[in-house]
Amino acid sequence: MSTEIEGTAAAAAPPQKFTALSQIFHWLTAILIFAALFIGFTMVNWLAGYAELRVIHMSIGALILLVVILRIVNRARHHPPAWPPTVGRREGKAVIWTERALYFVLLTQPLVGWAMVSASGTPVRVFGVLRLPPIAPFNIDVFSFLREAHSILAYLLVVVVAAHVSVVLAHAVVLGDGMLRRMTLHIGRRERSRR
Amino acid sequence: MTPSSKTPPTWGGIPLTRRRILLGIAAVGGFLAVDIGAVAYLGGWIGTAHRLTPHIFIKAFEWVNGKQSGFRKNHAKGVAVAGYFESNGNGREVSSAAVFRSGRTPVLGRFSLAGGNAHEADMLSTARGLGLAFGFPGGAQWRTAMLNLPVFQDSSPQGFYDRLLASKPSPDTGKPDPKAMAAFLAEHPETAKAMKIIDQSPPTPGFADSTFRSLNTFYFVSESGTRTPVRWSLVPVTPPPPRNSSGPNALFDALVRQIRSGPLQWTLMLTVGAASDPLNDATLPWPADRRAIDAGTLTLTSIETEHAGNARDINFDPLVLPPGIERSDDPLLSPRSAVYAASYRVRAREPKSPPAVNVDEVAR
Repeated sequence: MSTEIEGTAAAAAPPQKFTALSQIFHWLTAILIFAALFIGFTMVNWLAGYAELRVIHMSIGALILLVVILRIVNRARHHPPAWPPTVGRREGKAVIWTERALYFVLLTQPLVGWAMVSASGTPVRVFGVLRLPPIAPFNIDVFSFLREAHSILAYLLVVVVAAHVSVVLAHAVVLGDGMLRRMTLHIGRRERSRR
Repeated sequence: MTPSSKTPPTWGGIPLTRRRILLGIAAVGGFLAVDIGAVAYLGGWIGTAHRLTPHIFIKAFEWVNGKQSGFRKNHAKGVAVAGYFESNGNGREVSSAAVFRSGRTPVLGRFSLAGGNAHEADMLSTARGLGLAFGFPGGAQWRTAMLNLPVFQDSSPQGFYDRLLASKPSPDTGKPDPKAMAAFLAEHPETAKAMKIIDQSPPTPGFADSTFRSLNTFYFVSESGTRTPVRWSLVPVTPPPPRNSSGPNALFDALVRQIRSGPLQWTLMLTVGAASDPLNDATLPWPADRRAIDAGTLTLTSIETEHAGNARDINFDPLVLPPGIERSDDPLLSPRSAVYAASYRVRAREPKSPPAVNVDEVAR
């Protein structure tokens, strides 16, 4: 089984992988986050699609909140595998802070969305049936703060996710050090680091 | 030139060849281009020139009315009311919504005049609005924003937008430019037809004796899952004689005096449409002989100046619906919801100023 694509000295030992559960959580989050962000940006600019997309957006948000809470529990119970040796000390610090920022925004953003709808006095209903209780008082100033925060966090999320993906892609493509393969699911394929 | 051409730079101990760097730039650059490009397009930073967006409506209201800081961008002038809806249970035939079970549901509401100028003088010909939130702030709320018109003027968001621009008062006359309005009507025959219908039922003297209508069609869903197209209306119950009022707030002052002297009541009629009726076009009336269910009585008992925490801060989004009422495919509904949300967001962050209608200043 080939462990190297570029055939360099990097990653002499096969890189350790995340657990299957961690991988599933990760890719599920990735899909949900891109969906929530793109749908969110789209719906506020699309008259005809707004009503439908708003329902989907809120449902995805509730799902993200659930997945992120499970991920935080999982993260506390399983230490992630070591980075490839190509990650230096300073880069390691940056990676840690990116990861913390990601977890922070992933957890905060759905809560802010839920609270902001609550503050407008509007019922929060997801998946068409499930009614969530309000988590903020009916108050237009509270709404306004949360509504603006929801947009700022969305752009912050775009930046942090872009940084995260860029670093991993750079490692995988430039160094071929198996950074990405730690997170690729085993579905019977051999080489999945080329993207 | 330098030794670097012999010993290439390294990253993490791995030498960076030209090929690797180019591949990296292609991969990262490609991802970022798609990612940021998508955000920029979807987020409306680019490519919005030919799209009608909620933001463009907000801009258009500001262009027509000037900045109206802290006020609704349309129906800017209004007053808050409260009361209850007494259901007689008849509505259960078509809808499983809790509001139609026999009994009382508290209601918050707001009377308003169409237009984005919060200090416009009252005129009989201005469309009157009534926004209601049944069961506010509960989880099974039903919100509606109705007008005292038999049909709506526009069938599409583009029509509404074009009419809004054509309605800008000319600086000389204070009235819309007749040429702009004529050009608009030539391009929107559906509005010209709707205006004729509207002209056939002249407005009543006041808010209290106005019939308010949903205009858009909604689907009512019964316990058994049957979907019925419905347009609802609030028909005044023996309205009190209008009190004479004059001045820039004549209509609102009369309303304040009437509620002070006794509760105002309307019957909620649920008009049942047929499949052949225009379900997705609010400019077209339904045949007059359609069956209407008397679902109960709306009683408004109190009136208040708009202030923080009352109906001022409710967005009467027509798509805040309880289980048992669903939206139709009327192309106005989603845009209404979207533009109301944009207006709510903008006015929420703007500094507030006192509204034109101050209940305490209306002489008894």
